[in-house]
Amino acid sequence: MNVAIARYGAGNVRSVELAVQRLGATVTADLETADLAILPGVGSARSCMDGLGSSADVLRERHAAGRPILGICLGLQLALEESEEDGGVAGLGIVPGRAVRLRGERVPRIGWATVEPLAPPTAARSSGRAAAALPPSLPATGDAYWFAHSYAADSPATVATSEGHSAIVRHGSFTGVQFHPEKSGAAGARFLAQCLSRV
Amino acid sequence: MPLPRLIPCLDVAGGRVVKGVRFQGLRDVGDPVELGAAYSDGGADELVFLDISATVDAQVSAVDVAARVAEQVTIPFTFGGGIRSLEDATALLEAGADKIGVNSAALARPALIEELARSLGSQAVVVAIDTENGRVRSHAATRDAARDTLEWAKECEQRGAGELLVTSIDRDGTQDGYDLEQLAALRDAVSLPVIASGGAGNAGHIAAALAVSQAALLASILHENPARLVTLRDELRALGVELRDAA
Repeated sequence: MNVAIARYGAGNVRSVELAVQRLGATVTADLETADLAILPGVGSARSCMDGLGSSADVLRERHAAGRPILGICLGLQLALEESEEDGGVAGLGIVPGRAVRLRGERVPRIGWATVEPLAPPTAARSSGRAAAALPPSLPATGDAYWFAHSYAADSPATVATSEGHSAIVRHGSFTGVQFHPEKSGAAGARFLAQCLSRV
Repeated sequence: MPLPRLIPCLDVAGGRVVKGVRFQGLRDVGDPVELGAAYSDGGADELVFLDISATVDAQVSAVDVAARVAEQVTIPFTFGGGIRSLEDATALLEAGADKIGVNSAALARPALIEELARSLGSQAVVVAIDTENGRVRSHAATRDAARDTLEWAKECEQRGAGELLVTSIDRDGTQDGYDLEQLAALRDAVSLPVIASGGAGNAGHIAAALAVSQAALLASILHENPARLVTLRDELRALGVELRDAA
């Protein structure tokens, strides 16, 4: 099992690398050919998008070819068409929707929260090319995951929510999680193990 | 809102966890990785490491400690102490820390908060505020920072801080209960998450703090008995506080 992690200045690359290595995966540099590509992401949308450089096209091609990609936190948001962060930033556009600022509670939204699947009809609508998709055959009900974000996806590809916010999106071979499985203790490790077992 | 959080705080100097009263008479109480992992196993929601060495004779850098912790601990952790620049902060996050904490450096140069937030994202930037009688203190609470606590909290929010870690100096180490009045005033003054610190002596104190803030820092109450975290969580649940099931 080879996993490539997009390196573009995002803060959580090391944690993601450690998490997948703990599960027995080998981390490689090749985003194009790895069994799974991970788009991590901590930081600001603009600086991360700028830092992605040529990896942006590699990820678009990978998605077009139906090969699995996992986006984490800002990595999920960068996969969308755009983000309203930093005055508006164009995303990779491999998942429909946009990242919008959280409203009506303490922001950033930081802490542990559970994730609930949406009713199947909505979920099914977005899973056009489900063959190569990663879970969600969702996390065990009741598990809490670590969230730390000020923006969330507003996307028809949302398949699970957390306290009303988009928590997992899935579109073709891309799965994005707003939470940080690499920092979510035992529950996060179970989720990542599921992801690795599907590729 | 996400679940209320319990955050053990470990003071680190020279690569070891130390304990002392008001930075005097420090003694070695263990390895940061082992203690951090033990707290994680005991149900901690996060960890805070506070580097109190910040001196030239420190044999082990904070970045090395952060890197070792990240290898073994799979819950989020914050590293604070001695961070003066974006470079310092970036190195800690790249080593695997999730957030950095700044205190005196932000008071000395508030624009540091903006620089950190712009590059690292607000969610990674914790501003620690030491407060006494509604006024901010700096340099391990040894100096008056000539600022009103609520005004400084609002300024931190405007400049892009992601969380405030607020320690009531007159409660710190007393185990007499958190300064609930101050915490309630902060809750109303800012819309950031607030981590309450200073004064935890029993589960009732912590439950009261969690009713007005989003997280409670646990220091003295755990230092003599780290296993207390497990019983505290049970006691808090019995008091009706909904905590994460860490299993």
